[in-house]
Amino acid sequence: MSTSLLLLIIALIGFIAFLAGRARSFTRSAGKLASLHSLPGYHGSYVAIWAMLPALLLLAVWLIVAPIYIDYTVRSSLPEPVQNQGAATVQLALGQVKSVAAGFGRLNADEIAAIENGSTNMREALAAKGVALAGEGEPYMIQSAQQFNAMRQYSRWLMSAIVLLVSVAGGLFAIRNIDVRFRARNRVERVMLGSLIVASSIAILTTVGIVASMLSEAGRFFTMVPPFEFFFGTVWDPRFAGAGSGGASGQFGLLPLLAGTLYIAFVAMLFAVPIGLFAAIYMAEYASPRLRSTAKPLLEVLAGIPTIVYGFFALVTVGPFLRDISAQLNGLVTGNYQNFIQAQSVITAGIVMGIMLIPFVSSLSDDIITQVPRALRDGSLGLGATRSETVKKVILPAALPGIVGALLLTASRAVGETMIVVLAAGVAARMQLNPLEPMTTVTVKIVNQLTGDLEFTSPQTLVAFALGITLFVITLGLNIYALYIVRKYREQYE
Amino acid sequence: MTEFASPTVRVSTRPAASRRDIGIKRRYAAERRFRAFGISAISIGLFFLAVLLWSVVSKGYTAFQQTTITLPIEFSEKVIDPKNERATDPKQLYTANYPLLVREALVKQLGLDPSKRPLVKQATDMVSASARTQLRDIVVADPSVIGRTIPVTLLAEANIDSAFKGQIDLSVDETKRKVKDEQVAWMNQLAEVGVLKKSFNTGIFTFGASSRPEAAGVGVALLGSLYMMLIVLVLSLPIGVAASIYLEEFAPKNRLTDLIEVNINNLAAVPSIVYGLLGLAVFVNFAGMPRSAALVGAFVLTLMTLPTIIIATRAALKAVPPSIRSAALGLGASKMQTIFHHVLPLAMPGILTGTIIGLAHALGETAPLLLIGMVAFVVDFPGSPLEPSTALPVQIYMWANEAERAFVERTSGAIIILLIFLIFMNLGAILLRRRFERRW
Amino acid sequence: MNIMSEAAVEKALDQKMNTVPYKMIGNDVSVYYGEKRALFDVNLNIRENTVTALIGPSGCGKSTFLRTLNRMNDTIENCRVTGKITLDEDDIYDPSIDVVELRARVGMVFQKPNPFPKSIYDNVSYGPRIHGLARTKAELDEVVETSLQKAGLWNEVKDRLQEPGTGLSGGQQQRLCIARAVAVSPEVILMDEPCSALDPIATAKVEELIHELRANFTIVIVTHSMQQAARVSQRTAMFHLGNLVEENDTDKMFTNPDDQRTQDYIMGRFG
Repeated sequence: MSTSLLLLIIALIGFIAFLAGRARSFTRSAGKLASLHSLPGYHGSYVAIWAMLPALLLLAVWLIVAPIYIDYTVRSSLPEPVQNQGAATVQLALGQVKSVAAGFGRLNADEIAAIENGSTNMREALAAKGVALAGEGEPYMIQSAQQFNAMRQYSRWLMSAIVLLVSVAGGLFAIRNIDVRFRARNRVERVMLGSLIVASSIAILTTVGIVASMLSEAGRFFTMVPPFEFFFGTVWDPRFAGAGSGGASGQFGLLPLLAGTLYIAFVAMLFAVPIGLFAAIYMAEYASPRLRSTAKPLLEVLAGIPTIVYGFFALVTVGPFLRDISAQLNGLVTGNYQNFIQAQSVITAGIVMGIMLIPFVSSLSDDIITQVPRALRDGSLGLGATRSETVKKVILPAALPGIVGALLLTASRAVGETMIVVLAAGVAARMQLNPLEPMTTVTVKIVNQLTGDLEFTSPQTLVAFALGITLFVITLGLNIYALYIVRKYREQYE
Repeated sequence: MTEFASPTVRVSTRPAASRRDIGIKRRYAAERRFRAFGISAISIGLFFLAVLLWSVVSKGYTAFQQTTITLPIEFSEKVIDPKNERATDPKQLYTANYPLLVREALVKQLGLDPSKRPLVKQATDMVSASARTQLRDIVVADPSVIGRTIPVTLLAEANIDSAFKGQIDLSVDETKRKVKDEQVAWMNQLAEVGVLKKSFNTGIFTFGASSRPEAAGVGVALLGSLYMMLIVLVLSLPIGVAASIYLEEFAPKNRLTDLIEVNINNLAAVPSIVYGLLGLAVFVNFAGMPRSAALVGAFVLTLMTLPTIIIATRAALKAVPPSIRSAALGLGASKMQTIFHHVLPLAMPGILTGTIIGLAHALGETAPLLLIGMVAFVVDFPGSPLEPSTALPVQIYMWANEAERAFVERTSGAIIILLIFLIFMNLGAILLRRRFERRW
Repeated sequence: MNIMSEAAVEKALDQKMNTVPYKMIGNDVSVYYGEKRALFDVNLNIRENTVTALIGPSGCGKSTFLRTLNRMNDTIENCRVTGKITLDEDDIYDPSIDVVELRARVGMVFQKPNPFPKSIYDNVSYGPRIHGLARTKAELDEVVETSLQKAGLWNEVKDRLQEPGTGLSGGQQQRLCIARAVAVSPEVILMDEPCSALDPIATAKVEELIHELRANFTIVIVTHSMQQAARVSQRTAMFHLGNLVEENDTDKMFTNPDDQRTQDYIMGRFG
């Protein structure tokens, strides 16, 4: 019985249980609905939950555990010589066994018999059915494959039977509880509350998942490359990960990537902060409601444009423009029409990222500035200060902590930005100070190392996770500190 | 000194000389400068928005037109199936020399001498190489066309397309451009008789990946994005709302919920690429889900969208005044009933607005999808979210890396499509907000 | 000279109030918030070196009138003022009059103490600094000290001038705000319910201060407390529903008002 059919049957049982529970509460109340503690619908739901929830949980556990158990059994049934060849070989053999098993599923009994007695070549027979084997199959694989298939079939049969039994039993147990004074609603609500808690724990699980997955993969990386070489290495040259070449042949120095990341983020902030801050001040303190209601959403459009579009903009418009204009300038001054700004450069990526960050700075600062109490504004204006004096000497100092928080949040975004730098910053991992030359970033290298074929055993792939955890820690630090400041700031004026 | 002798009321006076100098002129100059900074900051921001949009639209609007050549193609049996084996060996129809059909039709149309090979080659180069599969599909779908002559609309090759749209400077020396003089002459000749013309490009919406710009489209990517958006919506809306209800209405205020709060705010600001790493490590490597599948992409985007939805939902729940809760509780409703019958419906517009904005962000997200392998050259439409597919922004990324000029046009076109989707989603959010905005 | 000698003030007080010259004259002053009219043709004159109290039930327009006197209404969207208000001989709504200059002459103290989140010293020196009233640090120090002394705060804060003004108690904060206004040496000080956020002891101190400030400044105070008006003011104006009901010497106002509505209000029949 397939899983989806099983689910359908459980749903059906649940529905019947619902109707039955409702009907029973009706009969119990003898027509006087007001005498019921809970509405009939709650009684129905209560029975339905008992009929479905335990069964579904069991099903989920079974679906996770059974394959692991079957794998384990089949693996330990592989012949001794194979078992002794190390984990990788066993894994490979197991994979082949599974392919064979899947192939057998598509053959009829006669064909399988022919393969078993050796009269048909297994690889060809399976290939004809669209199952490609990595190598010639070994005879033991046929046996293992059949064991595998048998176990799977048995497990599936057993699972269907037990799950359905639990479902029906749950429903029957629940329906006996239904009575006039039975507090069905409270029980149903407890289950609902439980599911709400489960949903909110997903947020925690995501963080745990991020940290755990990256730590474990990065941990594997650090067994191949010492952390010191990674964190303090000044050369990034991972070499190409040839299949099976293994070994840490390349150099994985984080510093050039970190330098590029921070440099580009710095240029972007240099560009975005004055513009965003002044825009926010003008919006909050000067703009007429009409200007505000048009200019503010228009600026925020910039925040809604996907970063890939900015990357493309940098690649085909800003980069070539800077390159050409630098060639023209150079020509005018020296007569040599040689561009001194590369199309892919720190400044290209920085400017375009800066454009992207303008709305972040402006709307975050706008929020902060408008939170400064009106009394402070009035106090200053009442003393005869001009608006700009009020802004510069009273509002900005009062809003400073909040603005710093907003800028840190923006910086965190700049550090983690990917698509713009992938397309506009270049891939050369260099440590230099000229903003007109390309540099590369942590995020670019994560993308570089993880596109194409992956091998989860080579340092060339795993280094991406070490880079990822570095990036995560940096942005986490920035975010938490920024959120803390902003929160403190809010509380001050509440 | 003021005198009091007169009984009539007097106005106090102050000699003008005693007026203090408080630097009005200088201070107002500073004021004007400050305002000018503000105005120019806003103008710079808006200027860049305009440049960005203009750059994309001016490069991309032509992608919605495609030059086509309509030729009477003779599906001659001699070429397709010379040995008349198609009844027994259907593969014949797949491997036949379809380009020959195009060549013959073109030679006839242009009145060329078939023996002049280079010239004929130049002529056939004007038609996209995708003509082979196009004709093959016609024949495979209906073998009865063999032996008949049918007018077929073929795509023009990308360079001819560009030339016909006037994007190639024809005054440049012939050797330095990709379109030859003869081809230009033929192009004009065919255009005059109406064989070659521009029409609305439906292909960009329906084709899959292709190395030839004229036959490349975002069809597969659109379907992939659609799958992902549906799954993200189905997963993130209920989970997000459930989580927010718990945190806002039920959770005790203690350090744990404080931690969750900080955690959610932080997750909203975690770089998207980190989610890609999570997806790769957990869903692909650990759970063994297929790479490049829309399902995995959707899971990653769901985790990314959840914080946005949770934050929006909590704000919407908070905005429902406590009096509504007290009213329902006072009538004897349980807390759960109060929330689901009264609070949640009132908060719904805010929740949906937040959800749409979250989805719009997810739709434009690229980086995490690159990591879980959605940068794939996918020609066929994925039949389910488990099959390899790609997504609209990823398609844009892949095209942006292509060198050919025609791909710049396609990329910009794809961006326009993406932006239009985003505009509609955001407009929807704004309308929703306007329509249901309540002032308590 | 606008600052009268002690003796002159005493003399003025001894005379009938209506012989004191007018510092500010309001002529047919009306205020609109968008379409809504908040003040109806108010004619009210403010006498020099006098405390004028504006009283009336809440929403009667007394605060609105106060804010027209130094054009703080300018900061409110859609607010429109018609009529004529003069300070000495200058029409303060005349385009040639600068609002910054006006507010340097007509200072304001607000309902809730609103010290800037800066040190006590910076709070008081803020006005003199922006207006360039002190050329040297020593001059500035002197202005700060005299202002704090005038506000009766000097002895309490002289040892902690660099501490934040927001750390003071409510009453001290309000006196700091008064010192801040005094430091600009305005001619008129407007006070918008300056004691409404204070406890009785702090209120008494501020009232005492107002009494002392009268020697050097013309003061207009909005208050919802009749007792306060009786204690601190020489002239009282009663507003009701945007209209000026009656303006009179405070003594007369509280013993024998001309208008029935004033009588009712003072007797506590509405408000």
